[in-house]
Amino acid sequence: MRSTIEFLRGGKLVKLDGAMPTDTLLDYLRETGSCGTKEGCAEGDCGACTVVLGSLDGDKVTYRPVNSCITFLPVLDGKELITVDDLSVKDGPLHPVQDAMVKHHASQCGFCTPGFVMAIFAQYHGNNADADHEGVVEQIAGNLCRCTGYRPITAAAMEVCARAPDDVFTSRMRDTSALLADISGGPLKMEKGGYMFAAPQSVAELAEVYSQHPGATLVAGATDVGLWVTKKHVDIKQVIYLGRVKELQDITSTDDAITLGAGVTFADAMPHLETYGDDFQAVLSRIGAKQVRAAGTIGGNIANGSPIGDTPPILISLDATITLQKGETTRTIALENFFIDYGSQDIGESEFVASITVPKPAANTHLKCYKISKRHDQDISAVLAAFNITLSGSVISKCRIAFGGMAATPKRALALEAALIGFDVSKFDIQDVPVSKLNQDFQPISDMRASAKYRSQVAGNLIIKALLELQASVAGDAA
Amino acid sequence: MTSRRPNDEVVIAPKNTRKAAGDSMAHDSARGHVRGSAVYVDDIPEPKAMLHLAPGYARDHAAGTVTHMDLSAVRAAPGVVAVLTASDIPFVNDCSPALGDDAILSDGDITFHGQVLFVVAAETRKQALNAATLAQIEVDAAAPTISARAGFEQGSLLMPDYTFKRKSDSTGTANAAHQQQGSLTMGGQEHFYLEGQVSMAVPFGDDEMQLYVSSQHPAEIQHIIAQMLGWTNARVMVDCRRMGGAFGGKESQAAQWAALAALVAYKTGRPAKMRLDRDDDMRLTGKRHDFECDWSVSHNDAGVISNVEVDLISRCGASADLSMGINDRAMFHADNAYFYPDVRITTHKVWTNTVSNTAFRGFGGPQGMLFAERMMNDIAFRVGRDPLDVRYDNLYRDGADITPYGMPVTDFTLPDIMQQLEASADYRARVAEIEAFNAKSAFTKKGIALTPVKFGVSFTLKHLNQGAALIHVYADGSVHLSHGGTEMGQGLYTKISQIVASVFGVDARAVRASATRTDKVPNASPTAASSGTDLNGKAAENAALTIRARMARLAASMFNCDNETIIFDGGMVKSGDSEIAFTELAGQAVLNRISLSSTGFYATPKLVWEREKAWGRPFLYFACGAACSEVEIDILTGEMRVTRVDILHDVGNSVNPAIDIGQIEGGFVQGMGWLTTEELVFSDDGKLMTHAPSTYKIPTAYDVPEDFNVALYSSKGNLEDTVHRSRAVGEPPLMLANSVYCAVHHALASLCPGQSPDLSAPTTPEAILDAITKIQAAK
Repeated sequence: MRSTIEFLRGGKLVKLDGAMPTDTLLDYLRETGSCGTKEGCAEGDCGACTVVLGSLDGDKVTYRPVNSCITFLPVLDGKELITVDDLSVKDGPLHPVQDAMVKHHASQCGFCTPGFVMAIFAQYHGNNADADHEGVVEQIAGNLCRCTGYRPITAAAMEVCARAPDDVFTSRMRDTSALLADISGGPLKMEKGGYMFAAPQSVAELAEVYSQHPGATLVAGATDVGLWVTKKHVDIKQVIYLGRVKELQDITSTDDAITLGAGVTFADAMPHLETYGDDFQAVLSRIGAKQVRAAGTIGGNIANGSPIGDTPPILISLDATITLQKGETTRTIALENFFIDYGSQDIGESEFVASITVPKPAANTHLKCYKISKRHDQDISAVLAAFNITLSGSVISKCRIAFGGMAATPKRALALEAALIGFDVSKFDIQDVPVSKLNQDFQPISDMRASAKYRSQVAGNLIIKALLELQASVAGDAA
Repeated sequence: MTSRRPNDEVVIAPKNTRKAAGDSMAHDSARGHVRGSAVYVDDIPEPKAMLHLAPGYARDHAAGTVTHMDLSAVRAAPGVVAVLTASDIPFVNDCSPALGDDAILSDGDITFHGQVLFVVAAETRKQALNAATLAQIEVDAAAPTISARAGFEQGSLLMPDYTFKRKSDSTGTANAAHQQQGSLTMGGQEHFYLEGQVSMAVPFGDDEMQLYVSSQHPAEIQHIIAQMLGWTNARVMVDCRRMGGAFGGKESQAAQWAALAALVAYKTGRPAKMRLDRDDDMRLTGKRHDFECDWSVSHNDAGVISNVEVDLISRCGASADLSMGINDRAMFHADNAYFYPDVRITTHKVWTNTVSNTAFRGFGGPQGMLFAERMMNDIAFRVGRDPLDVRYDNLYRDGADITPYGMPVTDFTLPDIMQQLEASADYRARVAEIEAFNAKSAFTKKGIALTPVKFGVSFTLKHLNQGAALIHVYADGSVHLSHGGTEMGQGLYTKISQIVASVFGVDARAVRASATRTDKVPNASPTAASSGTDLNGKAAENAALTIRARMARLAASMFNCDNETIIFDGGMVKSGDSEIAFTELAGQAVLNRISLSSTGFYATPKLVWEREKAWGRPFLYFACGAACSEVEIDILTGEMRVTRVDILHDVGNSVNPAIDIGQIEGGFVQGMGWLTTEELVFSDDGKLMTHAPSTYKIPTAYDVPEDFNVALYSSKGNLEDTVHRSRAVGEPPLMLANSVYCAVHHALASLCPGQSPDLSAPTTPEAILDAITKIQAAK
């Protein structure tokens, strides 16, 4: 078993001994003299600390931006690390992304700039077809700038990302792939003074190490757990990292359902979930931003038990099930039954979420999802509503409706569901929508995101909105 | 001959590529920004034995008195070297900008949540932050006063009310066809500079201290630290090379952290760095004042105003800080661009148990102006005219050109700007389209507004209107520039380098702007009030002119010609057929024992302001611009999107058009954030609930419309003798975002013809849905 972290940087293999499990990548960089990468918020919400991680995807290297402030250092194992300090040599020419930023006057105070450069760098090495305004805005949605108003940054990104990548990283791609293939093997386990970091590579190894360390914290993207460390200063002694457990990254599709391993990131899951329609995609594209979606997982969104995770209400409305595993024993339960109460889930000691299975849409079903937040991107929902509605003609014959942000857990609106059976969406008065049924289902709270009054009111209005949109699509089908 | 640097091609620029005043050259740190090599305070290599600091405060209290503070667990925590309290301060325990009411460390009074009671110094920052949470603090709690309205009703005032008043015989309420009342609640705003507050203090022996800070006002920090230690100012040196954003949030608010770092350095003899954690930064430092406005306005059938009476009630927080100037500036801008024949403008400065509110880009101007623009909408909706026409008819004009504080409005480019923008933004046609759209669309409504900005430029505290600079020309012809202004991203160093380069006829890249340091330029004013270029640019120009005159005399003696015939251009110094490279002339000056160093000074002329009389000329001139914004709202959810923005702004003769456009775009988006997504939420017991970017939402790239058109007004130049006849650009564009608020208000007005919606700011989905609910309830 290895106890040394191995990663690539600047075309060279770096071996790192003695890292603590929850040392952050940002602290490592800044303490070792790579001060180009900045700390803006230490919670993954501003993007100033964005670096790019390259990982082997077949024989290619895929580059994704991550927030180094909430990335635990050992997660680097097996990856290529690229920071703003690695893009160009001192006194040499600027990298094309840097050059475009200068040309477009895209920096003012300059503190957010390295993060933008790296987010755009990832897109420069990604899909050029996405380099339109919409694509660029999505790429930099996780980076806050307080000076420029973004216009010049967007312009710089559009210009440079429309070009084929041509830099040192493309020219040494073959070597990078070979080196990454070399270091990608063998489970990692580091132990020191009561601290432990393990990166098992199979579910069997995971089950074993979790049985040995039942108090360990399971971490996939650390987009939540990272904040326990940086914000709440929790001293997490034992971490089991799920990102290298092979089976947890699996995505399988049958005629009836799609099964996602619990370690599949939002970014990887998104294309496979297109079958559930545009509304689900739209919500997925508003979960955090690229940095968060590159690291965060749907499994984590479920397992952390938050009442305001964006995917659980949608998955509940789709009647998803989850498979839990402990040792060699597995069990499968309905997702809606996983959430018991605030901070309480149906999960035992040393048991972990292994996969999520989502039934494919049946004929005549419509999935309508709405995320309500103060800001469009990189915000947490005040309310999330998911309506999975089956129509017989224009009449609702079946529905599953779930809300986030309305209760202590993501929760179905059972009274509303019952009241909507038989509802004809083709013609209705707004007064006839059984909005008041929500009062039986939910008693939301007030907090800094929204008042209880607003939550109730907007949840009710979202029922109307969903029915109006169904009405339009029924009318469209008829025409 | 003196030796030349190998890259002196930078010094001698080809004539046609000269980078000087008027050119859109890149920010002088742009390459450093994109490489990550531009150094901020936390990037400076740490001196030996550095201590890291964290502030300690009562975690659960916003008001009361400390009855017992047990710091033993803090002192015993791993890595802790020192824990200091108020009693450790040798002399003056104050970091306020004026009134002496901001303790560096409170000696037991808790007047807001986050008031610092002790400072922890530890070997690592993590250790300091952890230890700071371990104090056992017992508090005799008092009931906190949190909101401005509650404080106002309780009579909790920070200082006396202040009023501008004008009453004539021929106009006024009696002759008006309409009188209406209104009120508006507008929220505050967190600066959210990307680089949080940070200071590093390095003791130099027993009797000197050097500080590396992120501050708009290094001189004030110098004075505060000297006063704290009982030292003379001359023993403290404060350096600021650049800030990672400031926006007013590092004008007075940087001082406390610098003072604490200096205190620890003084007490321990070790260097000390205080870098606030983001949550602490947001809790412990002041913000834009939130305001409540109550008004009454009289106008005729066309909406032309005869009388305005307005009460502006602001939340100042638990100390004065800069609240007086901010409230005054709200009054100076409560007219925005409009003539109020009869007028009463009063500010009520409310003392609350919240962090002391402070400077923020616009400095009260945005709040005063938003009131004026909302009132224009109200009037227009009531009389059934297009709001733009009501705005036009109320603009300052011949015979109606004296502000409520007695200053004539001159060089008023605004009517022309608005008319040009009306045409270029295709305003009338879009209004018609929007009306047609709204008539058909039940659940989506659009709105549009074209609003002006007239912003007074000068500090209203007269003595601050001074700038100073120090310039050296070296023997190789390179130029070293120091001035009292600080660089926070606004491109001040770049612009002043361009101004100096223009004097010497060299490329601006030959001018090296150095860190702002109190030992280079003393007693500098804060870089604030949009005045950075006006004050320091003029001062630097004066310094450069002094040196140029000496060099010209030398050249004249070499060429045997009159001084007056010498010109500096394209890296050359010439007269008739004679010429010498600027670099070479610099070397000759050294050989001829001619000083190539000079200070320069500037004091803004023509300012007359006596606050007691509330009458005079507090500003040298007004900066003007206008914006047209269009929005779309979902009336079921209250969600809103800005779909198009057009801006035309007057910067006079621009020193750097690219930088000025950057200020306009950035200022607009920052103002848009204030009025849309940015909401400060305090709990009933006085804790800020939105103390991190997870809960406090500044705009992202998505929130800025793709259709965003910004142009500079074709100006004939400032009629006042400003540097290069430019106009200040730092703050005014923020208020262009009032058009976004007014556009949302306009969209909502389509739901209630003849009425004005009751819409608070920021226009979050909840605020918009709330306004809709009130409209529906009134039907």
